[in-house]
Amino acid sequence: MAKIVCKDLKKSYDGKTEVLAGINLEIQEGEFFILVGPSGCGKSTLLRIIAGLEGVSAGELIMDGKLANEMLPKDRNLTMVFQSYALYPHLSVRDNILFGLDVKKVAKDEQERRLAEAAELLGLTDYLDRKPRALSGGQRQRVALARSVCSQAPLCLMDEPLSNLDAKLRASMRVEIRRLQQRLGLTVVYVTHDQVEAMTMGDRIAVLSNGRIQQLGTPLELYNHPANEFVATFIGTPQMNMAIAEVQPEGLVLNDDVVVPLSAEDRAKLPAGTRWKVGFRPEQVYPATATSVHQVDVSVVSSEMMGNETLIFFNVGSELFTARWQGQHRVETGAALRVSLDPRYAHFFDVNTGALVRAAEDLDEQGARSTSVVDESLAARMEAAPAAPMA
Amino acid sequence: MALRSKRSLAGAEAAGAAAVAVPPKEAPGGKRSLAGWVYLLPSIAIFAIFVIYPFARTIITSFFATTPAGGLTQFIGLSNFITLFTDPLYTQAIANTLIYVVLTVPLTIVIALLLAVLTAQDLPGMGIFRTIFSATMGISVAAAAVFWNLLFNANSGVLNRIIEFFGGEGVGWLIDQNFALVSVSIISIWMNLGMAYLILLGAIKSIDDSYYESVDIVGGGFWYRLRRVTVPLISPSLFFVLTVTLISAFQSFGLIDMLTQGGPNNATVLLIYRLYRDAFVNFRIGSASAQGVILFIVIFAISYIQNKLTESKVTYQ
Amino acid sequence: MPFTKRKTRVAGIGRRTSRTGLIAMYAVLIVAAVVVGFPVLFSFSLSFTPLSDIINGIYIPTSLYLENYVNAFEAQPFAQFIVNSFVVGIVGTALQIVFSMLAAYALVFIPFGGKRIIFLVIMATMMIPAEVLVVTNFQTIRAMGLIDTYAGLILPGVATTFGIFLYRQNMMQIPGELKEASDVAGLSRFQFFIRVVVPMVKNTTVTLAIYFFLVTWNAYLWPLISTTNDTARTVQIGLRTLNSSEGMSDFGMMAAGAVITSIPTLALIFFGQKRLQEGMTKGALK
Repeated sequence: MAKIVCKDLKKSYDGKTEVLAGINLEIQEGEFFILVGPSGCGKSTLLRIIAGLEGVSAGELIMDGKLANEMLPKDRNLTMVFQSYALYPHLSVRDNILFGLDVKKVAKDEQERRLAEAAELLGLTDYLDRKPRALSGGQRQRVALARSVCSQAPLCLMDEPLSNLDAKLRASMRVEIRRLQQRLGLTVVYVTHDQVEAMTMGDRIAVLSNGRIQQLGTPLELYNHPANEFVATFIGTPQMNMAIAEVQPEGLVLNDDVVVPLSAEDRAKLPAGTRWKVGFRPEQVYPATATSVHQVDVSVVSSEMMGNETLIFFNVGSELFTARWQGQHRVETGAALRVSLDPRYAHFFDVNTGALVRAAEDLDEQGARSTSVVDESLAARMEAAPAAPMA
Repeated sequence: MALRSKRSLAGAEAAGAAAVAVPPKEAPGGKRSLAGWVYLLPSIAIFAIFVIYPFARTIITSFFATTPAGGLTQFIGLSNFITLFTDPLYTQAIANTLIYVVLTVPLTIVIALLLAVLTAQDLPGMGIFRTIFSATMGISVAAAAVFWNLLFNANSGVLNRIIEFFGGEGVGWLIDQNFALVSVSIISIWMNLGMAYLILLGAIKSIDDSYYESVDIVGGGFWYRLRRVTVPLISPSLFFVLTVTLISAFQSFGLIDMLTQGGPNNATVLLIYRLYRDAFVNFRIGSASAQGVILFIVIFAISYIQNKLTESKVTYQ
Repeated sequence: MPFTKRKTRVAGIGRRTSRTGLIAMYAVLIVAAVVVGFPVLFSFSLSFTPLSDIINGIYIPTSLYLENYVNAFEAQPFAQFIVNSFVVGIVGTALQIVFSMLAAYALVFIPFGGKRIIFLVIMATMMIPAEVLVVTNFQTIRAMGLIDTYAGLILPGVATTFGIFLYRQNMMQIPGELKEASDVAGLSRFQFFIRVVVPMVKNTTVTLAIYFFLVTWNAYLWPLISTTNDTARTVQIGLRTLNSSEGMSDFGMMAAGAVITSIPTLALIFFGQKRLQEGMTKGALK
């Protein structure tokens, strides 16, 4: 049985503008479910509706098979981890973790048992008598998690719980929360605006924009088959390169600027029509080899060396494209660069609606292939570049 | 069960609102509850009985002739007001009050401001000074009146002895028609100093150091700092103190009642004291109500002007 | 220019002040402190000095002379008045605290229709001077049969705009997520109030308790009007009676009476000055 079902859920504060414009989804028991989207997309509102902190304007919210539209938060048997952690400054860590358990009539010794267990699990045993203000950001986050663990509610809602942590801590907490969820068998609904969190933590992801679900699926489904231009550009960093593409006798013209030569075979494989929006993931903008059919000459705008990879920026018409190459490539600003833009690896979107027309070829295969391409390019670069690589 | 009834209520609402596009709705168990009023009830009841009702009644009574017990006998329009403004003793009370306000308010604020500026730094001994300067806040009018009476006393008061010691001539202070209002004003300044000082001190202490550091860099002196940094930055508090002091000046009843009872020769009859006499000594409730209305208008005007000025002119940090 | 080596946090004068500047400042402050403190200290001294000495210009006690206090307690039932003042002060303060806390909680944390209007009305009552209301309030209290009772003294003042305002300011700083977390945890509205809000506004409560007690203890006009005999009469009105009956004939006894009247509030100021100052600043900077 699905844990949570939303049927055509709508929410409006003023009766005119819809914050949520008909949400349909099912969240399964034990699932780590992510709601992701830019700020103002309605993801937090949806979470708060599930929590019972906000009412529903229209539609149905069903929890554990029961209509929950008017159920009070305390009757929903869930916990919530807030962005600010919602720790009570006047209470010790112990009392913060146990907050509300006495109201739920949990016996004293049972409380102590759960407290010990949760504190152990989250490494808080030595801090139980401190006040929240004497804790670091990461420790506060753990206290908030411990509160959820202690309540033993099967459903945990998390509202951007990692956004106040620094990058390093965030990465380790991602792993920790995921492990906790699996160990306790929790159903988690997790709101974030960070697509890295969404991709790395979620069993399934719902991408929201303008109060609507743009796409619902596993992380790789979203990455490999984005339902529309919004999902394509939202998921993946650096962002997917987008351009208007038109079939012309000389090839595929991107943004009335760059011409990608097409073979007869390529032309046959193009989706129906002559004009689309096409998207290339940065890692699929390859360095051209001597044999590349789809080679295009561009001029480098700038580059960023990350050590393990290099980002190279160039213009395609008015759009800035990014290429992401493994290894270290020394490219001067303004230098001419020959890249390969293979239409097989491009996502095609309807130029008006932005809906997906044809996804890129299966990336699993490409994954294998791209490795070899990189090897080739490395070899090519070694020949061309006078400076030896650092590694 | 409460929950069920709530749910069905909500269901009915949802059905009724189905025609509208998307009706806004509060959290479950939210807006329709009366809980807010329950928590407010104690305060509202007291306000209603002891502020709003008497205020309304005062306004109404001011247009009536009254019995000594306060019963309304006859509507007489503005007669109470007209009688007051044609009464030379009432116009004298107005004049006395204005003089009293002019004597007390500016001096209270200036002295409080200077003391606050000088004690705002955390230097040795400042704790003692701060306590002394704010201590008058803890002294009641009755006690203040007695303390100062002991200083003022014409025959054996210590102030006159000090003056005589320096070769001057003793003053009649509270019993001299020309000095009585000034004497009361001195006590009033002393009494109001504590609160004004405390508020201004807090305001100055909350000014960020960087403002003064930037003056240090350009090299401005004490008065420069005071005029260009301190006063502008605490202007909201200054206005607040100004209003509070002004309003309390119009309400100075205790000192007069304790020390002069309006005398000598009506030299210290203030509006509030006159109101009290008419209401509780002469039992002219209609006239007292009219005076209450006049007092309210004055105080309302001051608050209103303060509000307007605060909105437009005052600098906030 | 010679600078003091001491690092000073300088609000009014400047980060560093010259030695002469500091000396001048201390001189001004000492003079001011003497002038401000003199009336109280002088009376305190008089209260231990025999009348015969005072008349001869001797204002400093030569021995521990307590007769003035004895006289004051005999002339007026000050013991009774002090008890009355404490009852009125403590009960009044407690009720003002509870009432304004509850009202502010409703205004901040409970959604209900008409909230804004109610708040504006409450704020507007601040403009009505209490003196305007005493005539009618006297009649009301008399009609309730509460003249010469503690209830009659306390009731009209237990709803305070200032208290509601200050608590509201404070409660608005409590993050909404704390309320939501307690909703999820299953706390009722009242449990959230008692367990979270009350402890979190503790500082405001201390400030207001000091302030309310000062105001209630020092109240003059209302206790004067609403008491006709000694049963509920407060110490302020006792001092007034002493003043009007004995006049200024017995300086030492009057001084003793005024000192008795002032001790509780002065003690409160000595211990609570800092809290009061911080709280009042918040109120002034709306």
